[in-house]
Amino acid sequence: MIRYLVKYGVMFVSLVLVQVLILNQVQFSGFFNPYIYVLFILLFPTNSPKYAILILGFILGFVIDVFTNTLGVHSAATVFIAFIRPGILRLISNREDDRGDFPGLKQNSPGWFITYVVMMVFIHHFILFYLEVYTFSNFFTTFYRIVLSTIFSSVVIVLSQLLVFKE
Amino acid sequence: MKALFRFLAKYYSFFLFLLLEILSLVMVYNFNSYQKARYLNSSNRITASIYNSFNAVGNYFRLASVNERLARENAHLKSLISDLPYIKITPYSVINRAEITDSVYRFISARVINNSVDKQYNYITLNKGRKHGVKPDQGIVCSEGIVGVITHVSESYSLGFSVLNKKWGASAKLKSNGTFGPLSWDGKSAEFANLNGIPFHVPVAPGDTVVTSSYSSVFPEGVMIGTVYSVEQPPGDNYYNIVVKLAVNFRALSFVDIVENLKKNEIVTLERNKTDD
Repeated sequence: MIRYLVKYGVMFVSLVLVQVLILNQVQFSGFFNPYIYVLFILLFPTNSPKYAILILGFILGFVIDVFTNTLGVHSAATVFIAFIRPGILRLISNREDDRGDFPGLKQNSPGWFITYVVMMVFIHHFILFYLEVYTFSNFFTTFYRIVLSTIFSSVVIVLSQLLVFKE
Repeated sequence: MKALFRFLAKYYSFFLFLLLEILSLVMVYNFNSYQKARYLNSSNRITASIYNSFNAVGNYFRLASVNERLARENAHLKSLISDLPYIKITPYSVINRAEITDSVYRFISARVINNSVDKQYNYITLNKGRKHGVKPDQGIVCSEGIVGVITHVSESYSLGFSVLNKKWGASAKLKSNGTFGPLSWDGKSAEFANLNGIPFHVPVAPGDTVVTSSYSSVFPEGVMIGTVYSVEQPPGDNYYNIVVKLAVNFRALSFVDIVENLKKNEIVTLERNKTDD
């Protein structure tokens, strides 16, 4: 229990710092905004109580919001993916195979993990970007930004799993 | 009653989700419409000091270009001083420019500790705050031109809209003939902004200089904004679509000056009295 607390605590802090101090400073263009802090929600153990992931998701989004001056935007998107995660997990898993409590790359097949990451990241970015622009005018410009950023974030997330969080 | 509790207990996660989501949306709405969130932005002590210490590392790598820019600005200022031998200038103290523009500006130099260019609403965090005399609605400029305006101030840090923020636009004019109009940003590129409200009868050509107008108390008159990049006459309209290439490179901002108009209160009071009549 303590081990998990430390592990996820360290992950929370390091993801926020990497997001805020590195990825948000790298400015390629308005069309690529990678947000990898959602990895925390993605890797959260599936047997944990529902309120834990919702509240932690809210806190995570809120911290990012305070750093980026977008109050409420990241919180809304992160709470939403935290809420629909069990549904997504059920949707993309076969009933036959035995999913453990950890939806990481190590415990699952690469194909499954990539599908999981792309779906969650896309839904997160969809809510995030439309809330950020706060309008549906220029619908397709924003949609284009969402698609490009989703690809970019997903690649970074999958690569980070291969390199850093190997354990 | 018991059934209600059982219902709530069974679906508590849904209600918790709803509660958190509504809370977030209320925050989005408040932040977008009122600028209410005084502490929950990147000028608060914790986030600003994290940015500040990390920024010190990044600054090392920018020293060469900063140096070069400062040297250029120095040379430019020296040439100005030689033109005005009767005005005594000390760096960033009260510069009495009453002889030239009839208003008094004070400059506070600051370092940019956080800045974005690729969001729809871009902000700049600076390492000077209330104790250095920074107040909301003061302008931010750098040696190349205008940068933005201060919106939030904490004890030792401040936060402002940059020109690349759709919520704010400066009052601009064409240097050649003085026609003025609002400057706005469309959220697309960090290099370009739009100048609106210039009627068709005014001659405009690519390359014309765009500067701040005298109709705002935020900036001194005539501070560089950029040059006209392209001009279009939209059919069925009375005003040009003018794209302005911004003079400031927002991707490489490091040192800026905060402009305080010492006569601002006087101007605001005067204008308020007028509307009361």
